[in-house]
Amino acid sequence: MKPTSHAFKSNAKEALGNEPLRRALGGIKRGFVANRARARANLPEFEDLRDEAKAVKEHTLAHLDLYLEAYEKKVVETGGHVHWASSADDARAAILKICRDAGAKTVTKGKSMVGEEIAINEHLEQAGITPVETDLGEYLIQLRHEPPSHIIAPAIHLTKDQVEADFRKTHTELSPERVLEEPEQLVSEARAILREKFLAADVGITGANLLIAETGTSVIVTNEGNGDLTQCLPRIHIVITSIEKVVPTLEDADTILRVLARSATGQEFSTYTTFTTGPKREGDLDGPDEYHVVLLDNGRSEMLGGEFHDMLRCIRCGACMNHCPVYGAVGGHAYGWVYPGPMGAVLTPTLIGVGEAGHLPNASTFCGRCESVCPMRIPLPKMMRHWREREYENGDTPALYKAGLKLWAFAAKRPALYHRLTGLVSPLLSRFGRKGRFASMPLAGGWTDHRDLPAPQGKTFQQRWRERETRR
Amino acid sequence: MAKTTESSTRPRVGLFVTCLVDLIRPSVGFAAVKLLEDAGCDVAVPAAQTCCGQPAYNSGDKADARALALNTIAAFEGFDYVVAPSGSCAGMLKHHYPELLGDDPQSAEQARAFSERVFELISFLVDVRGFDRVEADFQSTVTYHDSCAGLRELGVKQQPRKLLASVNGLTLTEMEEAEICCGFGGTFCIKYPDVSNAIVEKKTANIAASDPDCLLAGDLGCLMNMAGKMSREGRAIEARHVAEVLAGMTDEPAIGQSIEDKK
Repeated sequence: MKPTSHAFKSNAKEALGNEPLRRALGGIKRGFVANRARARANLPEFEDLRDEAKAVKEHTLAHLDLYLEAYEKKVVETGGHVHWASSADDARAAILKICRDAGAKTVTKGKSMVGEEIAINEHLEQAGITPVETDLGEYLIQLRHEPPSHIIAPAIHLTKDQVEADFRKTHTELSPERVLEEPEQLVSEARAILREKFLAADVGITGANLLIAETGTSVIVTNEGNGDLTQCLPRIHIVITSIEKVVPTLEDADTILRVLARSATGQEFSTYTTFTTGPKREGDLDGPDEYHVVLLDNGRSEMLGGEFHDMLRCIRCGACMNHCPVYGAVGGHAYGWVYPGPMGAVLTPTLIGVGEAGHLPNASTFCGRCESVCPMRIPLPKMMRHWREREYENGDTPALYKAGLKLWAFAAKRPALYHRLTGLVSPLLSRFGRKGRFASMPLAGGWTDHRDLPAPQGKTFQQRWRERETRR
Repeated sequence: MAKTTESSTRPRVGLFVTCLVDLIRPSVGFAAVKLLEDAGCDVAVPAAQTCCGQPAYNSGDKADARALALNTIAAFEGFDYVVAPSGSCAGMLKHHYPELLGDDPQSAEQARAFSERVFELISFLVDVRGFDRVEADFQSTVTYHDSCAGLRELGVKQQPRKLLASVNGLTLTEMEEAEICCGFGGTFCIKYPDVSNAIVEKKTANIAASDPDCLLAGDLGCLMNMAGKMSREGRAIEARHVAEVLAGMTDEPAIGQSIEDKK
């Protein structure tokens, strides 16, 4: 997918004028946010669990090479294959080769953000293979040829009416007279259509929420069961995932699972949590003949030990975006690529370059709510600031803005000059602002287009204080 | 009120005025001085202070941010405490200076020692000086917005509410989502005006829904944003810094209001 992150401002403006989107985003507060708060309140040890989960990931990242090799060894022992992919290209090539070798015509897909990251659907389509998304949200956006707007609820930007319209447009083989008013009717139509696809697919591709080194297991959490049908029914199962998903043991996986669903949807556990180890064994009733894991790096190993290291702890729960005032106002598409919200503001520049994605780490009020809910305690605002520092050092900060900043800093670093200047400016502005506020002001349109600017009271505090001191 | 009269035990507090209070609303500074003096402190205002450096720090300009941090630390040498009527600036001084100056061992140590002495005004009064009530009158129904940095970096939440409960005539009515950002975000509101506007619109709707006479908060930046939005929307809700109310200094017109408005 071609990123539009550079156009964040116009994307955001468009989103702000999109009423159905704003209605859809309004539901996040009543849903995800309220449910997470309840789940947290119901588990007294939640804060301790966050520390434990963080420690698990930190330990793993400190020994990532060892755990990845141990994981690979176990996958191979249990009859699977591991394909190391240092870039998105490598991952796409590996997946396409497996599909071609199998003579695949259709591929079912469970929800995978790494799949979105490498744009696997487009790649397969170009090769004449039909990918079918089986997660309901992913299916909806695939019909609309849209990227996901949220990492766990990819179609959160859509309303029921939009879904109905899309189904009527796409499922033309069904009666136009059918009733599609209730969400249940929409879900059951999607289920019926997808059931055929599950049975017909040659290959099933899923992501992984976790990889377990001691057993060579991949773990997925879903609420629809589509992931299980995707990985069990076809002859071949491909797991497309990334290197930072590995944890040492089953117990470590459990620690992370305990914070994952609570942080994401507010569930104690997602409806389905599936552990998959290798292909079908002798005597197994079902399962694929081949089990492949494509392990993507795509710049992640370069983040180790650097300014963005902490981002590798991310477990893709989406709590940061659910609690973000900016995401809540503009939604995920404004961010212009696969990963939106605060986690996207940090991750996207590492993956597609800060030149393309420079707006994202800037479009934050630094309110800190993302960090306060992140189950892995990732200091998201701090890392957004690191991007701003890099932009500043690279000379990517907008020229006018930088000139203003420099002028201000020049004065602020010289207290005597600064107080002489403010001592002139404040009383002057106060005289012009007799109404107590300005409805407009030159160079302050960014502020006064939307709100009044309170006027100064008159002399500065420093002036008044010195006068008071002199009188004493 | 916890008053200490003996001068030898009176802590010396340096008031970090904050650039916005200095420029826009000095009355907040005088309210802070009164509250600190009532809490038994000797207050001084170093002339060598300017701004905490956040505009530079949050724009990626580390060099200027560092210079301003070192300037602030030097300006407040010798004080027992450094107190700011702003969670945002106090958070910068307390939590971000050590981070910003962490690379150089000498500055890092200076920043760490400085950090221990820094407090946000209201939490200093309650948590450090043991203030549990004020003598003030304010015949008004108010709602309180929890500014982000104060709340999440410094844990300012109950302290202002505790003191407000002792103000004669004041009724506190809580708004929905009091802890959610108002959309100010320092330079954010200038860089992304449309997004900032969408966020503050939600905030002012929540404020209005709680039907107060007056909005209070502990940060002038957020207050200017919300007050400016409310006056643009034609809402008859005034906005004040919480220190003005706690100090009983509410004679000045509210933020963004004129003397005529007050009449």
